[in-house]
Amino acid sequence: MNSTRKFGDPILSVNNISLSFGGVKALTNISFDILQGEIRAIIGPNGAGKSSMLNVINGFYHPQEGEVWFDGKLRGSLRPYEIARQGIARTFQNIALFKGMSTLDNLMTGRITKMHANIFWQALWKGKAEKEELMHRERVERIIDFLEIQAIRKTPVGRLPYGLQKRVELGRALAAESKLLLLDEPMAGMNLEEKEDMCRFILEVNDQFGTTIALIEHDMSVVMDIADRVIVLDYGKKIGDGYPDEVRNDKDVIDAYLGVAHD
Amino acid sequence: MFYRESGDFKTSYAADQQTFPIRFDRIVVALILVCAFLVVPFFINDYWEKSILLPFLVWSLAALGLNILTGYCGQVSLGTGGFMAVGAYACYKLTTGFPDLNIIFVILLSGGITALVGIIFGLPSLRIKGFYLAVATLASQFFLVWLFNKVPWFYNYSASGQITMPERSVFGTAVTGSAATPSATYLFSLLFVVVFAFIARNLTRGRLGRSWMAIRDMDIAAEIIGVPPLQAKLSAFAVSSFYIGLSGALFFGVYLGAVEPTEAFGIDKSFLVLFMIIIGGLGSIFGSFVGAAFMVLLPVLFKNIMVGGFGWPTDMVQHFIFMLVGGLIMFFLIVEPHGLAQLWRVTKEKLRLWPFPH
Repeated sequence: MNSTRKFGDPILSVNNISLSFGGVKALTNISFDILQGEIRAIIGPNGAGKSSMLNVINGFYHPQEGEVWFDGKLRGSLRPYEIARQGIARTFQNIALFKGMSTLDNLMTGRITKMHANIFWQALWKGKAEKEELMHRERVERIIDFLEIQAIRKTPVGRLPYGLQKRVELGRALAAESKLLLLDEPMAGMNLEEKEDMCRFILEVNDQFGTTIALIEHDMSVVMDIADRVIVLDYGKKIGDGYPDEVRNDKDVIDAYLGVAHD
Repeated sequence: MFYRESGDFKTSYAADQQTFPIRFDRIVVALILVCAFLVVPFFINDYWEKSILLPFLVWSLAALGLNILTGYCGQVSLGTGGFMAVGAYACYKLTTGFPDLNIIFVILLSGGITALVGIIFGLPSLRIKGFYLAVATLASQFFLVWLFNKVPWFYNYSASGQITMPERSVFGTAVTGSAATPSATYLFSLLFVVVFAFIARNLTRGRLGRSWMAIRDMDIAAEIIGVPPLQAKLSAFAVSSFYIGLSGALFFGVYLGAVEPTEAFGIDKSFLVLFMIIIGGLGSIFGSFVGAAFMVLLPVLFKNIMVGGFGWPTDMVQHFIFMLVGGLIMFFLIVEPHGLAQLWRVTKEKLRLWPFPH
């Protein structure tokens, strides 16, 4: 349905990635690219290696083989926080918010790569630190408005219900204003209404801010509706890649999802 | 009724994120500060200085320091006593080595030296967490105290192995040594505590504080969204040790005047400060003060009531106090595991809504 949309050059491409833990091959020879401005879905049965793929992209795992190109440059072996600084943000499958902090502080932490006042300015507060804080607060407030979470601004996130926590986590990732946003099952465990809200947010983020998004999702109707292109993984191998309609009718994909016996 | 936010509208983000958002709080804090600076010095006597106010101030500063490390950054440390000893010995060596250096700078530099030592002993935190880290920091406690006993250079080869603070003055007023008046030592310590309490508040509400709390709450997620764990943990160790070093320098220089390391900076001091922040409230500036007050002032209060009021024998009272304070610790931790600061927060929330709680 979205094949008429125009996208730019690849913002991220991975070439021949292989990742194994001891004898377990989590990913085997995977290559794909993500174009500037698109919504790219990664699907596959449980244990297919989807989350491992995201972990490779944001540098939490280092693949034994293969290379990652991000933003036109070959990426060396970097620590996750350095990759965050280059402009990749993500959310997690199991919510990984900072439970002792308020919603506002969680979102402000999302902007931490953009804050630079040194320790002496911060000790003084007046001046540079306060100016920086207020500037970032204004950006964060825009995200709070966008996600409609004004009322829980000062609530410690540990007290929030699950659906809202997922939303705050999306907010924290958005706050980073990254070039590439990785969403690991943003709709897992949500009811229909929450899922619709989340879809709306994802589409609006993509549309308004032009953020490139890679997401993992199990709800096929959601994936087919919002994704521009889909990658299908199974047992660590890529078995499909293309527009939703192509993938939907692919024989291998149907086999993997319908559970045809592997011989 | 007076404790309300209604009608107190914030029209800017700066006003919204100020330290005391409620007007009543601001007035009370201002009153307390005015009282502490302008009224107390005229009434302070030797007893109030040595048994109540100075220990409270010194231990508050130590609790503040440990709270930054343990409460905000989640790194448990049992090395507080050792770091206080570093502050004390740095203060001693600096002031005897450079007698003309102003005592204010001596104390600040002592904090700085302790910060460096703290960074070194904080390095294991990059690999180990929780109880294991606590055990690793325990090593610093024993190593440092042993070092100050063993190497005569640290105590200037004095025969007794003790260190004694010479007289130093600020603007012509003696603040250390036997000639210092109670009001001078009190004001000197108070100034440090107030200034550094505000600095702690500023550090914890900005970028640095958030990176510490992020590490505390979920270190892997913190790293993935862009908090460098090395920098966050070591800066927490540095700032925390700086505070503990200051408190050690004040403890030795201003409060006691002479110390012997094994006794003054033993493992019991590390536990004392840890208990202060647990009872006061982890991750709360206010909690550090309440915790210090609880652990330092309650025994004094009980002693005054029992010995002074009832005329009981001192040794019996001493045992009684152990039981009472121990019992109270348990009571408050059962009532509110997050410490007295949390108890106070809940009370405030209720007050705000009173008399219509729903």
